Amino acid sequence: MSDKNLPVKPEDEHGAVEVAEPIPDPGLEPHEPRITDIDPKAADRVERQVSGMFGLATLLVVGSCVAYFAIPRDSILEFGPLSGNANNMVIGLCIGLALFLIGAGAIQWAKKLMVDEEISEERHPAHSSPQQIAEITEAFKEGTVESGFGRRKMIRNSLIGALGVLGLPAVILLRDLGPLPGRALYNTIWAKGIRVVNDVTDRPIKPSDLIVGQLVNAAPANLAPLQEESAVEYQNAKAKAAVIVVRIKPSEIRTKPGRENWGVDGILCYSKICTHVGCPISLYEQTTHHVLCPCHQSTFDLADSAKVVFGPAARPLPQLPLAVDSEGYLVAQSGFTEPVGPSFFERG
Amino acid sequence: MSTNTEFPGPVKWVDDRLGIAKIGKKNLRKVFPDHWSFMLGEIALYSFIILILTGTFLTFWFKPSMAEVEYQGSYSLLKGLHMSEAYASTLDITFDVRGGLLMRQIHHWAAVLFIAAMMVHLLRMFFTGAFRKPRELNWLIGFGMLFLGIVEGFIGYGLPDDLLSGTGLRITNGMIQASPVVGTYMNFFIFGGEFPGDDFVSRFFIVHVLLIPGIILALVTAHLFLVVYHKHTQYAGPGRTQKNVVGYPLFPVYTAKAGGFFFVVFGITALMGALMQINPVWLYGPYNPAEVTAGAQPDWYMGWLEGSVRIFPGFESHFWGITLSWNLIIPALIVPPAFVTLVALYPFIEGWITGDKREHHLLDRPRDMPTRTGIGVAFIVFYAMLWIGGGNDLIATHFNLSLNHVTWFLRFAVILGPILGFWVARRWAISLQRADQDRLLHGLETGVIMRSPEGKYTEKHQPISTYEAYSITARDRLVPHEIGPETDENGVRAPRRALHKARAALSRFYFADAVQKPTTQELEAAHEHAHDADEIHELTEDTETYREVTSDRS
Repeated sequence: MSDKNLPVKPEDEHGAVEVAEPIPDPGLEPHEPRITDIDPKAADRVERQVSGMFGLATLLVVGSCVAYFAIPRDSILEFGPLSGNANNMVIGLCIGLALFLIGAGAIQWAKKLMVDEEISEERHPAHSSPQQIAEITEAFKEGTVESGFGRRKMIRNSLIGALGVLGLPAVILLRDLGPLPGRALYNTIWAKGIRVVNDVTDRPIKPSDLIVGQLVNAAPANLAPLQEESAVEYQNAKAKAAVIVVRIKPSEIRTKPGRENWGVDGILCYSKICTHVGCPISLYEQTTHHVLCPCHQSTFDLADSAKVVFGPAARPLPQLPLAVDSEGYLVAQSGFTEPVGPSFFERG
Repeated sequence: MSTNTEFPGPVKWVDDRLGIAKIGKKNLRKVFPDHWSFMLGEIALYSFIILILTGTFLTFWFKPSMAEVEYQGSYSLLKGLHMSEAYASTLDITFDVRGGLLMRQIHHWAAVLFIAAMMVHLLRMFFTGAFRKPRELNWLIGFGMLFLGIVEGFIGYGLPDDLLSGTGLRITNGMIQASPVVGTYMNFFIFGGEFPGDDFVSRFFIVHVLLIPGIILALVTAHLFLVVYHKHTQYAGPGRTQKNVVGYPLFPVYTAKAGGFFFVVFGITALMGALMQINPVWLYGPYNPAEVTAGAQPDWYMGWLEGSVRIFPGFESHFWGITLSWNLIIPALIVPPAFVTLVALYPFIEGWITGDKREHHLLDRPRDMPTRTGIGVAFIVFYAMLWIGGGNDLIATHFNLSLNHVTWFLRFAVILGPILGFWVARRWAISLQRADQDRLLHGLETGVIMRSPEGKYTEKHQPISTYEAYSITARDRLVPHEIGPETDENGVRAPRRALHKARAALSRFYFADAVQKPTTQELEAAHEHAHDADEIHELTEDTETYREVTSDRS
């Protein structure tokens, strides 16, 4: 027998939480009159306070309108710790204070002058009464029978089917929100022979430009021309191709097998994009060769193939193999040998 | 004064069409109870209205476009720089539209306040048990609004397309990308291809100004409708029962108080917008995927997600040609949703454990439900540890600590802290209950020391008022859920016995150690005892201080 068939237990009913024991409810505490209820002078004082606040608010609102036109938009206000655009600040101060005074006046009025005797209101259970339930059940049954919805199962099922597939175009129509990822995340614009250029001056870098301990933010030489073609291509390319070039004393470098010729006289190049969630890493500590991502503090050791020494990143920064071209500038031997930036499922 | 049976002209016009008297008569004098903690939800509601007003103002000038333009506005430091139209128009609002900066700052402060108010409101609901039947659905609606509010705030933060907001989106992009199977596809669909692309500002804009506010508005309506339908909860006290609601009428008292409070909240946010700088995007510069600022912090409500990702150790698995980034899957995709779901479902979990199916309109004082209070504090500590983790770099630099030590500490604290928090809060609540019980049974310590003719010292106790005594005892007796005998009279074993046993054990744990209110007999005994000679505290040589005599801890 399920619980449903049992008669309703009294404690399941509305309001059955019994709190008035062991001490019976003494009823509402007697109302204590306020000073404003007894002393007409005090009440008048409050009236003056409240209307004073409303009056001041009016003046301030007018003041804010005057300030809007009277204060030049580029004037600066310097007053103690306050400094900023005078126009904004004065308008804001006037409106803010006016709003505050309107509110404070209304609350003061309610607290001090309006009748403050508490009144009580009955509650009713949230659920419907048995009679209402009976009525609605009856009405629903009537409707069901009239429509034949329950009897003609074929109509019901075909309707459910039709409405069900309606979700399909709703999803499919969103298909053109973006292209499929394809191989986009695997490639950057780095390729064999692309020069490494300073990312501010766009000038190619020679090994002699870098002293030991120096770190330079760099980009591929073919990035800047992209900006002319398409701003979005440029940003997307930059988001993946940004690199850091660092010069470390060759004796301090621990080279990974297979990367012996990836550096040039202790100059190494790594992706600037953190392998955690893709922030550009930026804080370099010369003495330890550690570079820190300011977003989540993943720390990489640039002297040791940029392996992770601390923080939430799981993979070293990808390294770009370097060489020197015929004119003596740093170039890439090839593109990155692995996808740069944060991990993704199909990355392998 | 005779009562009118007909409205004056204009009101009649309205009534003839809408029947306002029928709707109004029920609600005009609707009673709301008075307590400061009932204003928290109001703050949230009002900041939402302020957000709509100021946000609408901003849309008149903001250009949700990532097309590249050369900045030619009046902020000379960025003049001539290439940037998106979104960022350029944000600078225009800031420097060239009068009142624009003010509105931007009010908008941002109100957003910060909106989410803070919702969260504190939620805590109030939790600790007072306001989520119990019949209000579970309203708890869920509130949760939906909190979730949407956070998403809304974060998306809004991304719209100006400055360096900081771009970095925030880059992080989000990286997190989405870590989702197994669908990560890269989701990113390409959301951002219209690779990050950053040139689509997200216009897409996020419509979500920010139409979609989410629209849903929140609908939820607010439902939320308020249910508040009216269920009527407001109240704290237990004399004359306040499960079957009534005691307080002041909507008209005129709450019209003035709540209406006035709207102006107060608006006034304070306006003053904040005028005087306190927030998100000075012109200092950060336009978004550049190769740049970032150190010490970057998201808005406060994203801090716990940021912390979760920061303190999680870095490991991922590579096998069968796939990568599973546990360093993101766990702290970003599993832990936060699981935590939020747990808190959202808490009313149902507690209801199942306690077996309580009754309607509740009287609120619990946090001390009277020690286990719930402990659980709530555990939730807070867990959240707080993650939140602190979101600023681990700032803590390290401000207090001269090693970042690694801070991070390692948090990795343990996020697990041990909640346990400790639970234990401390629960014991604390029980101690407060005991103090109440003392007050109830022994009365007030008057501090008056009496010396009897024999030389004995006693402290006079004065019984507390009936009103106060009633308020202390006007609560439920905490009875663990009873699961009945193992077998019925025919020897048939009850079904799903193991589950019921677990439930009974949880229920016992839930109510264990909580102080039960006294029975009538206990109360009478205590009051008689108060006049007994036992109550006399002797001041003997081994009684160390006078204080000990006056404090009644016998």
